[in-house]
Amino acid sequence: MAETHLTPRNIPDRLEGRGARLLKSWESLLLVVACLIFLGNSLASPYFLDPWNLSDATFNFTEKAIIAFAMALVIISGEIDLSVASIIALASTAMGYAVQLGFDTPALVVIGLAVGLACGAINGLLITGLGLPSIVVTIGTMSLFRGLSFIVLGDQAFTSYPDSFAWFGQGYVWWVFSFEFTLFVVLAIVYGVVLHKTNFGRAVYAIGNNQTAALFSGIRVARVKFILFLLTGLMAGLASICLTSRLGSTRPSIALGWELEVVTMVVLGGVNILGGSGTIPGVVLAALIMGMVTFGFGLLNVPGIVMSIFIGLLLISVIALPILWRRARRRLAH
Amino acid sequence: MLQDTLTSRMKPAIALEGISKSFPGVKALSDVSLSLYPGSVTALVGENGAGKSTLVKILTGIYQPDEGTICVADKEVHFPTALAAARAGVTAIHQETVLFDELSVAENIFLGHAPRNRFGLIDWKKLNADARALLARAGADLDPTIRLRDLGIARKHLVAIARALSIDAQVVIMDEPTAALSHKEIHELYALVERLKAEGKAILFISHKFDEIFRIADRYTVFRDGTMVDEGLIADVSQDELVRLMVGRAVGSVYPKKDVAIGEPVLTVSGYRHPTEFEDINFELRRGEILGFYGLVGAGRSEFMQSLIGVTRPSAGAVRLDGEILVIRSPSEAIRAGIVYVPEERGRQGAIIGLPIFQNVTLPSLSRTSRSGFLKLANEFAIAREYTSRLDLRAASLDQDVGTLSGGNQQKVVIAKWLATRPKVIILDEPTKGIDIGSKAAVHAFMSELAAEGLSVIMVSSEIPEIMGMSDRVIVMREGRIAGRFERADLTAEKLVRAAAGIQEAA
Amino acid sequence: MANILKNRELLLVAAIAVLLVLITWRFPAFVAPSNLARVYNDTSILIILALGQMAVILTRCIDLSMAANLALSGMMAAMLNAAYPGLPIPLIILAAVMLGTLLGMINGALVWKLDIPPIVVTLGTLTIYRGLIFLLSDGKWINAHQMSDAFKALPRDELAGFPVLSWLSLVMIGLVFLVMSRTALGRAFYAVGGNPHAAVYTGIDVGRTRFFAYCLSGALAGLSGYLWVSRYAVAYVDIALGFELDIIAACVIGGISIAGGIGTVAGAVLGALFLGVIKNALPVINISPFAQMAISGMVIIIAVAVNARAERRKGRVILRKAEAV
Repeated sequence: MAETHLTPRNIPDRLEGRGARLLKSWESLLLVVACLIFLGNSLASPYFLDPWNLSDATFNFTEKAIIAFAMALVIISGEIDLSVASIIALASTAMGYAVQLGFDTPALVVIGLAVGLACGAINGLLITGLGLPSIVVTIGTMSLFRGLSFIVLGDQAFTSYPDSFAWFGQGYVWWVFSFEFTLFVVLAIVYGVVLHKTNFGRAVYAIGNNQTAALFSGIRVARVKFILFLLTGLMAGLASICLTSRLGSTRPSIALGWELEVVTMVVLGGVNILGGSGTIPGVVLAALIMGMVTFGFGLLNVPGIVMSIFIGLLLISVIALPILWRRARRRLAH
Repeated sequence: MLQDTLTSRMKPAIALEGISKSFPGVKALSDVSLSLYPGSVTALVGENGAGKSTLVKILTGIYQPDEGTICVADKEVHFPTALAAARAGVTAIHQETVLFDELSVAENIFLGHAPRNRFGLIDWKKLNADARALLARAGADLDPTIRLRDLGIARKHLVAIARALSIDAQVVIMDEPTAALSHKEIHELYALVERLKAEGKAILFISHKFDEIFRIADRYTVFRDGTMVDEGLIADVSQDELVRLMVGRAVGSVYPKKDVAIGEPVLTVSGYRHPTEFEDINFELRRGEILGFYGLVGAGRSEFMQSLIGVTRPSAGAVRLDGEILVIRSPSEAIRAGIVYVPEERGRQGAIIGLPIFQNVTLPSLSRTSRSGFLKLANEFAIAREYTSRLDLRAASLDQDVGTLSGGNQQKVVIAKWLATRPKVIILDEPTKGIDIGSKAAVHAFMSELAAEGLSVIMVSSEIPEIMGMSDRVIVMREGRIAGRFERADLTAEKLVRAAAGIQEAA
Repeated sequence: MANILKNRELLLVAAIAVLLVLITWRFPAFVAPSNLARVYNDTSILIILALGQMAVILTRCIDLSMAANLALSGMMAAMLNAAYPGLPIPLIILAAVMLGTLLGMINGALVWKLDIPPIVVTLGTLTIYRGLIFLLSDGKWINAHQMSDAFKALPRDELAGFPVLSWLSLVMIGLVFLVMSRTALGRAFYAVGGNPHAAVYTGIDVGRTRFFAYCLSGALAGLSGYLWVSRYAVAYVDIALGFELDIIAACVIGGISIAGGIGTVAGAVLGALFLGVIKNALPVINISPFAQMAISGMVIIIAVAVNARAERRKGRVILRKAEAV
């Protein structure tokens, strides 16, 4: 048998160059779609290409996108977090309550982030500590976190936020670049690096593809998952600061239904809902597409709910089309 | 060999002629013929990988043969689905019974063909009464209304047998039915087989335990490497002869075992026990040694190994590595300490299907290939290239999904993955199960090289030639305990089989 | 005691009993038969919906679109009544059930024929169905004065002392119980969710069975659509918004395993009743009704933790000694 070792085969690292792989990817398809929508919008409305209009357009997706980055990691790892919108509500309520107690902007930010982290920790403990299914746990905490806001606020609202707090949702870092949009860009880069360039990101993919084998390979599965839920909570806290600041008020129904929009954004971005694959550039493009579609429909005076039909159809078709495509190709091959 | 007058006069209940079946890279069955006769028990013996389970899957409609014919009552039939085989009266009772834990015993028996009343609704009264009658015929004193999950494995078997009776199966395949049964339950099963025989069923009985084969079988068929090597009447054959037929070739010659100077003890395990899976495990593993762990399926070997690397916790026991006491609570701690485990279930525990080859290989050693937590792809490719070429991997590129590789090549990737961590001790659990001959040879050659380089190897295997060909020493486990220890010099297949099956040495 | 702990339904009955005792301690009138009947009536729609969700969850799927289906079917029923006040009510109910079934069939077909994960399918159809209500109604409300008296009266009409709504939910419980326990389809729901692999060996078509589960949940959502709209005498885009979570909560509390294959009609009904008792008791014992959401959240988490403990499977036993114990 030794002769097989005399001629070791040279296996190439990769068969295709970076360009070929990029061309075939889901992300390039999304990019084409994004460009078409951009083109359509600019043809449909003369106001679309104005830099300030474009800047305004970013506000309707940045907060959701911030959460979508962390959600993408959670979904790639094979779990889901449906409680994010409720974390926004609870964090916002906590900040509003702190205002009543006389706290100022820096403290509010800390409180918003801390509540987000705490909620994430509760999810993480229930899911990794007790081994409960994340979909049920987060449906429960979704009800619990928003329920706590309802207990505090009832049908009231907190509105008296300090002026300096408005900057997070309404301020600009430079020229047309708002704080929110800047945050979106920075976090996109951070999450892109974490997921695609670090050991941690590799562990996330490994867990999502085969949790048992990942454990056998020495990945600390429970710890990684706990961190992911912690991150999602933190991002929801951050989004809560932006949203509360932008609206200038807190009602318990704040960000109602956002969890579904965030999940849609992630899935549209090419993340497999069953875990194991997906990229941050994909999520970024999906966020841009959803933002532009909303804005475009707004310019055309199409009501928001019609836009949700479009998003729903988009969600199902982006998953159905590749399946149908593969089937058609297989039928042709026969 | 076929001058057996009794059966030649009878028509077979089912006859297979010239059956062949290939999988990518492996010929699982080649020109196999087998006939089962009413009222007769045929024992099918052969090592793991001899093609027995492929044959069972063809008989039950899960696989379709590439060549050959199946005849039931002299008519050629095809089994495109499991249902078609069941309709033709062929049923199998598997080791891991495929039944429904949450449904009642009666329902498990009648699911899909439950008695209905005149409104077309399920008639539970009749269902339970019929189930009770069938259970009585199967010799099981069971309440048909209790949930299946509340039963032990033995009783689940009885339910499966009652299900076979309910569809009026003429051919009953029993695939290692006693593997998980207690002494008393085994005797109940024997009585049941007698009853099925009396009812005129044709029975195919697959077992590794020779005592039971000689006790209940009328005929035997021996498979080796996907072919049928012999068949005949049990009355005309001895245990030793059967073992010889099964093992076949002169063991040792084809195995690339190198003579290695065995060094000092590396790993010492003492007093290892678990509440339900194993106890009293004591042994030493030395530098450059290949220690074989032999036993029947379900003897507790994998459970012990997984406990050793921290997947489960033992209730007591100590592990020393190079003289120092180790406490291992997770596989990541085991890997850091230098003990790695290449698991048996390649698809579930070993390979991460969906990730490319190079990422599979480097997953447990990322801390070495990366710099302060950031991936270094060049290092990853270098390591993947080094280990996969040493194992003679066949692949188009290192960026290919492991899922696209054949079983043998997947196994090479999995072994490479744990070797890349540069362990002191490597545990290989059934390293060549279900892989083709070429890949087997590569894995064996590599194992020898590793030992020669001073690595200590534990090899869990249920294949006697592999155990005998590769091991310096062998520990045999049975029912969670060590049942025998053998040095390479006095190793014989018979001794191993006897120790594993618990057969007393003939006085 | 150990047996009671093992039986999920008895455990739930005990929990509801404890709840009632605690409420009675503060407010004895709560357990007056007439009040209990009122609580049951108030929970009827949730019970009907939970029965449908149970069938879906049993097959290892989930239906997040039930509340949207309810709202769309209800809106259609209300508009039908507003446009043709002479139309007999049974015909309107039939139309609502048929529309609900059709919407369920869409879910089921996507799951069956395209193999799209159920959570994605129903997440998508949830937003689509809600959007369709807007398109159908142009965003307008159908108010009480636009509905015929017969349309509004049916759920409230009394039969032998109880409202028709209560009777209807009892009939549905009976029907679903019959389907689940006495038909091949009902048993297939359990088989598909309990062990899909083995179900195939038994000759059960997994996808087709799931399709029928969605048809059932759709039909029940359609029926609930009419009941909801007529009971509250109003229809608009956002009715029953977020109610899908209450339905799932009822199922989880009722011991229906989200992993499929485990659960009973009694469990679903008791789970819904548990939520119903809490909801009706809060104002009585002077807790803000706003606390209801947080409480059901807590209850879901506790229920899933308790169920997970019960479902944890025993490992294989190798040692003889251990087997004997």
